[in-house]
Amino acid sequence: MRKGVRKGLVFLPLVIFFGLGFFLWKGLSLDPRELPSALIDRPMPAFELPSLTDPARSLTVADLKGEIALVNVWATWCPTCKEEHAFLNELAEQGVVIYGINYKDEPVKATSWLQRYLNPYKEVILDKEGSLGLDLGVYGAPETYIIDAQGTIRYRHVGAVDANVWTDLRAIMEQVNGAGA
Amino acid sequence: MRRFFLLFVILSSSSWGAIDAYEFRTPVEEIRFHELTAELRCPKCQNQNIADSDAPIAKDLRREVHRLLIQGAADSEIIDFMVTRYGEFVLYRPQINSQTWLLWYGPYVVLGFGAIVILLIVYTRKANRRVQPGARQYELTPEERARLNALLEKDNKE
Repeated sequence: MRKGVRKGLVFLPLVIFFGLGFFLWKGLSLDPRELPSALIDRPMPAFELPSLTDPARSLTVADLKGEIALVNVWATWCPTCKEEHAFLNELAEQGVVIYGINYKDEPVKATSWLQRYLNPYKEVILDKEGSLGLDLGVYGAPETYIIDAQGTIRYRHVGAVDANVWTDLRAIMEQVNGAGA
Repeated sequence: MRRFFLLFVILSSSSWGAIDAYEFRTPVEEIRFHELTAELRCPKCQNQNIADSDAPIAKDLRREVHRLLIQGAADSEIIDFMVTRYGEFVLYRPQINSQTWLLWYGPYVVLGFGAIVILLIVYTRKANRRVQPGARQYELTPEERARLNALLEKDNKE
């Protein structure tokens, strides 16, 4: 009996080795830069900021409510935003509601950008100081959030939205819609 | 020419670097600022705290810490402010809760386990040693003693 236990112990280092190996191997495919948002299932933070397209008008959380939508944080200084912009235009054409947050940018540059590359956004919130970005926990543009009709944040994606990412986003949006109906 | 160069150095933005000048009302506030910015992790450049990082987001967060300090917020309030926005990730020292329990106390559990293993090994060795001297004190029976003596005598004669 005792001998049996001793013999079993011989294999313990091997088991530990494979255990460690498994977790380290698993870690290779994880992206440490993908942080979960602290605001998942929490309401969109309150704000009162001007619209980029019509600076006289101020936008609040109420303007984002009503239907499930994407909220895209972008800026003209961000190269990846340019990369994803064409795809956002495509989504807008398909009827996806996208709100933009122009994050720490110059309004003049942002306006000419939208004229040049077209405007996929239903509204563009002008967050020049980055205060809304701070409340959202934005740490790098572009970021894309899914908010439901009540203005609750359901998901955050950091990085460009492309066809692959959109497959995931659409699945989540359908799920949220299904649960809400 | 040298004066011109000096002016250029002062005016060029790179010479300002990550050094931002913050005003503090008391030295304590300044110490708290340095402690807090050293404790908070930069979400963008993940292996630096916001005090060391040059990233724009770190600069924003330093400014927020300063703003909250000046407003009279307690350290815990500033930490909470960051956690509600950026998640537990920003803490270099994670809070103790059900998710982080293993992280905090796991090493002590492993240490305790090691101590038990070592004690067990020491104990079983001691127990073994106690048995062996007993075995050596084995008494010979009269017949065995007689045989042994006979053998020794035989050996001496030869």
